Amino acid sequence: MNPEKFVQIEKVGMSFDTKKGKFVALKDIDLNIKQGEFVSLIGHSGCGKSTLLNLIAGLTLPTTGAMLCANREIAGPGPERAVVFQNHSLLPWLTCFENVYLAVERVFAANEPKAQLKDRTTKVLEMVGLAHAIHKYPGEISGGMKQRVGIARALAMEPKVLLMDEPFGALDALTRARLQDELMKICDATKATTVMVTHDVDEAVLLSDRIVMMTNGPAATIGEILHVDLPRPRARLTLAHDPQYMKYRSAVIEFLYAKQSHPLAA
Amino acid sequence: MMSATTGSGGPSTTEADAAAMRAMLGAVLPPVMGMVLLIGIWHLATMNGGSIPTPGKTWDAAAILFADPFYSNGPNDQGIGWNILSSLQRVAIGFGFAALVGIPAGFILGRFATMASMINPIISLLRPVSPLAWLPIGLLVFKKADPAATWTIFICSIWPMIMNTAQGVMRVPQDYLNVARVLNLSEWKIVTKILFPSVLPYMLTGIRLSIGTAWLVIVAAEMLTGGVGIGFWVWDEWNNLKVEHIIIAIFVIGIVGLILEQTLLFLAKQLRMES
Ligand SMILES: Nc1ncnc2c1ncn2[C@@H]1O[C@H](COP(=O)(O)OP(=O)(O)OP(=O)(O)O)[C@@H](O)[C@H]1O
Ligand SMILES: [Mg+2]
Repeated sequence: MNPEKFVQIEKVGMSFDTKKGKFVALKDIDLNIKQGEFVSLIGHSGCGKSTLLNLIAGLTLPTTGAMLCANREIAGPGPERAVVFQNHSLLPWLTCFENVYLAVERVFAANEPKAQLKDRTTKVLEMVGLAHAIHKYPGEISGGMKQRVGIARALAMEPKVLLMDEPFGALDALTRARLQDELMKICDATKATTVMVTHDVDEAVLLSDRIVMMTNGPAATIGEILHVDLPRPRARLTLAHDPQYMKYRSAVIEFLYAKQSHPLAA
Repeated sequence: MMSATTGSGGPSTTEADAAAMRAMLGAVLPPVMGMVLLIGIWHLATMNGGSIPTPGKTWDAAAILFADPFYSNGPNDQGIGWNILSSLQRVAIGFGFAALVGIPAGFILGRFATMASMINPIISLLRPVSPLAWLPIGLLVFKKADPAATWTIFICSIWPMIMNTAQGVMRVPQDYLNVARVLNLSEWKIVTKILFPSVLPYMLTGIRLSIGTAWLVIVAAEMLTGGVGIGFWVWDEWNNLKVEHIIIAIFVIGIVGLILEQTLLFLAKQLRMES
C-alpha cells in the first residue's frame, strides 16, 4: 500500500436527482490523502463540502469516478472511517458512556473481554476531558461537551480515517479554541489521518497540513490546495504573530473572498 | 429587628398564598361550573316527569349500585364492579394481542419499503371497516361469544398500533441512522438501540388511540355478544327498563375511558421527560 495515497479520490463526480432534474453537486474531484495527514475542506456554504465528506465516509456513493481507502474501494460506510457529525448525533437515550461504548463494542468486542471494552470507553472519554460527565445523558451536558463525546466516539473506534463535518461549528470561540488544541494533541498522539470540513480560516490554517479550497457550486470542484508548512506542535499564541501563518491565512482569504466571492453576493 | 423581618415576611406570604389560591380556583372553577350546568339542565329537563330519571334519582340508584359492586348471583346478575372488570379484561387481552402483532408489524412496514407498499393497500382497505363487522368472523372462528368480543378489540386496536409504529420508524432522524451505518451496527442493535427508543413516543400515541377506540368498541360488541360486561349490562338494564342504570353506565364508561386516556398521557409525558 502506498502511504502517499492512503485515500484516493479520482475523477469523482456527484449528482443528485431532484424534482427539477439532475443537480450536479461535485465534478472532477481529484485528491490523494497521505497516511497521518490532516486535510481541511473549506469553501462557501452549499459548495459541496459535506457531500465530499459523506462520499469519503461511504454514506453516499459517487455517480462517477472512483474512491479508494487503503487500496480498497469505498463501497459503504464502516467503522474504519469514523465520522464526527456536524450536530454531534449522540443518541439522547444513552449516557455519554453508553454512546461511546456502542462504538467500542462494535469494533473491539470480537477480540476483547468486556472489562477491556469498558476501560477503552472510559479512557477515551478521559482523553477528551469528560471524566466527570461519563454517566450523564446528552441532554444534561453543554454543546461543547456533546461535541467532545462525538469526537470521543469517533476516536474510540481507532479509525484509519477520521472524518469531521464542521465539528466545532456550533461552539463559542473559547470552547472552540480549547477543542482545537485538544484535537491537535490527539492527532499528534494517534497519527490519525483526518479530513475536516470547516468554514473557519484560522481553524483551517492552525490544524491542517493541507487546505483544500473548493470552488462555488453547482458542479463544484477543487480550486486550489494550500500546503501549510508550519512546524508542529503548533501554539496558537505564537502563531498569531507569525508572518508565515499570516501568509497562509491571507492566501485562503484571498481565495474565498476575491477568487470565489460569496455565491449570494455574485 | 426580628419582628420587623417577620412582619414584612408575613403579608407577602399570605399574598402569595392568595395568588396561588386564585390560580387554583381559576383552574378548578370552570370545569365544576360546567358540571353543575350540565346537571342543572338535566334536572330542569326531567323534573316534570317523563322517561328519563332526574339527577337525584340517578344518584340514589348509583349509591345502591356502588354499595355492593362485587356481588354475584349467577352469570346474568353480577355487580357493576364485575361488569366493568370483565370489559376491561377483554380490552386488555384483545389489546395485548394487538400490540404483540401490531408493533412488530409496524417496525417491519416502517423499515422495509417494499413490505410497506405491499401491505399498505390492505391496511387502507380494512381500516375504515367497523370492527363490529368482524364480530361474525370471530364467532365463526372461536365458536364462543367471549373470545369473539376480544377479537373485535384486537381488530380495532391493531390499525393505530401498526400505523403509528410504522410512522415512528420512518421518522427516525437520518442522523441516528447514519450513526448506525458508520458503526455498521447489526440489525438487532439498530432495533434495540436506535429504532425502538426513538419510536417509543409514536408507539405510545398508537397505544393511546387504540385504547380509546377499544373502549368505544367493547360496549357495542358486548351488547351483541352478551355475557358479563358493561356493554351487556347497559343492554340488560334497557330490557329491564332501568333507565337510571343506563345513565350511570354512560357516566361509568366515560370515567373509565378518561382514566385510561389520562394514564397513557401521563406515561408518555414521563417518557418525554426522561429523554
Ligand atoms: N440529498 C441531496 N439531494 C439534492 N441536493 C443535495 C443533496 N445533498 C446536497 N445537495 C446539494 O448539493 C450542494 C452541496 O451541499 P453540501 O451539503 O455538500 O454543501 P456544504 O458545502 O456542506 O454546505 P454547508 O457549508 O452549508 O454545510 C447543495 O447545493 C445542496 O443543495
Ligand atoms: Mg455541510
